[in-house]
Amino acid sequence: MQGGSPLIHARSLTKRFGDFVAVDGIDFEVHRGETFGFLGPNGAGKSSTMRMIGCVSPISAGTLRILGMDPVTDGPAIRSRLGVVPQEDTLDTELTVWDNLVIYGRYFGLTRAEIRERATELLAFARLEERARDRVDPLSGGMKRRLTIARALINRPELLLLDEPTTGLDPQARHLLWERLYRLKREGVTQVITTHYMDEAEQLCDRLVIMDRARIVAEGSPRQLIERHATRDVVELRFTTHDEQDAAAEALSATAGGAGAEVEPLPDRILLYTGDGDGTVAAVTGNGVQPSSVLVRRSTLEDVFLRLTGRTLEDE
Amino acid sequence: MAATAVLRVVEREARVFRHLWRGSVFSNFLAPVLFLGAMGLGLGGLIDDGAGELPGGLDYLTFVTPGLLAATAMQGAASESLWPVMAGTKWIRTYHGMVATPLSATDVFVGHVVWAGVRAAVAATAFLAVAAALGGVPSAWGVVALPAAVLTATAFAAPLAAFAGTQDTDVSFPVIMRLGVMPLFLFSGTFFPVAQLPGAVQPVAWISPLWHGVELCRAATTGSGMAPIVAAGHVAALGACAAAGCWWGSRTFGRRLTQ
Ligand SMILES: Nc1ncnc2c1ncn2[C@@H]1O[C@H](COP(=O)(O)OP(=O)(O)OP(=O)(O)O)[C@@H](O)[C@H]1O
Ligand SMILES: [Mg+2]
Repeated sequence: MQGGSPLIHARSLTKRFGDFVAVDGIDFEVHRGETFGFLGPNGAGKSSTMRMIGCVSPISAGTLRILGMDPVTDGPAIRSRLGVVPQEDTLDTELTVWDNLVIYGRYFGLTRAEIRERATELLAFARLEERARDRVDPLSGGMKRRLTIARALINRPELLLLDEPTTGLDPQARHLLWERLYRLKREGVTQVITTHYMDEAEQLCDRLVIMDRARIVAEGSPRQLIERHATRDVVELRFTTHDEQDAAAEALSATAGGAGAEVEPLPDRILLYTGDGDGTVAAVTGNGVQPSSVLVRRSTLEDVFLRLTGRTLEDE
Repeated sequence: MAATAVLRVVEREARVFRHLWRGSVFSNFLAPVLFLGAMGLGLGGLIDDGAGELPGGLDYLTFVTPGLLAATAMQGAASESLWPVMAGTKWIRTYHGMVATPLSATDVFVGHVVWAGVRAAVAATAFLAVAAALGGVPSAWGVVALPAAVLTATAFAAPLAAFAGTQDTDVSFPVIMRLGVMPLFLFSGTFFPVAQLPGAVQPVAWISPLWHGVELCRAATTGSGMAPIVAAGHVAALGACAAAGCWWGSRTFGRRLTQ
């Protein structure tokens, strides 16, 4: 699966807007057939990176090769083999659903016959057959998103860039999209995806990076990341009031270390990372901390994310 | 920029127009025809009986027909190059979807200008047909007024679309229409000869791109036999506006769509 030269090769990839550094010298490679994820808090630089890969945003420094080509000189040739789902929809809202697919196919220079066949398949893919003749403008947000995804596939891309593809989709539509993305993966389509849904990243990504403040802070498969950056168990403590939680957080920072746990206060609860959940609970409650609820569970990618990008929103 | 890529942008504009053409029939066809009736026939009836003498001894309908033709081309191109461009770059962001494909920002820009020309050709054809039926186009050279109107449209579409590509909001657009386009509409030899203007103001009319368009259209519809060198000068002035606008627009669109 990882044979041959990488489909995307980035070294010291940098994006600056004036003095502001949105992407700060990141390195990564995406191999053919792989699904690769970018996770990170708001403003981490995920979309800026995706736009550079999509050859619509010139790089400020570093090296970027896509499909073996240089975006500076081969932008149109690269883009002709990409499918792009941008974070914000760019549909032609004055046109019908059908016309949106047709016109997009024309941008890629497809013939009308090719487009007709492909658009019919994609309407079924997006479950928008009944809306084919309707204008896009009054469609629901989720329907527009599905159309954007369908439109990105009109040219049978080798590399699909999905910037928060399922934001705004209902659970059925999300699961359906996951299934479709699996199918594309089996067909050999390489995918780069950003998401704020950790379950989605665990489901879809072979490998991912976590970005924070313009840099990559961790890289690996979801399983590797959990093994490397999280403990086996997580204890979640909730409290009735903020004051109680703050007091408990202080007490725990002083003592839970003794119980072998690391403390991560979140706005609504305190997380304790530990190798032994039940033991930590016993130690903590023995110390006089009285949470209103206690949950012991296995670590997930979300815990890795929160630990590595560990700061509450107020700090931003 | 590739010709086929530009054509695809034009194709998209045409497809959008198929849904929206009704709205533009009034401003691009009915309004100028009403003007033609009111000014050319109504007002013209008074003028032709009066003391005023138009250059070349034209009757007023014949005089005002090419003026309205060029002015309508300007107005259509101007309004099409302001708000719809903002929709593409900011409001609906369709242009951003276009540059994610093999199309470039320059393709999108040039496609817009070419489409402005196509629309002007359609509107000018309809207007000329009506004006000819009313007797406002005495010469068979009138068909040459079509490319002249198209050139006039692109001379406005290119710089205005380029400017619109620099804007974050549309606050300046009504100002451009009222303080830029409207005075040109009135004072570029459209409704009366520029010679009627006070001497000090006349040179201002000569730098108006619309005046060059009106002169070309008038020479065509009246068959006045304009000297080729003069005609070439008018064409060059309009072409320079269009070319400068295209140069600027490929920059502003590039900055806006690929940053
Ligand atoms: N065109 C631009 N001009 C100036 N700054 C920009 C521009 N685009 C992005 N930025 C800045 O770059 C930083 C990274 O933005 P980016 O959109 O890449 O974040 P992101 O990781 O995609 O965030 P989110 O999860 O919210 O989508 C932000 O601080 C943003 O304000
Ligand atoms: Mg983003």
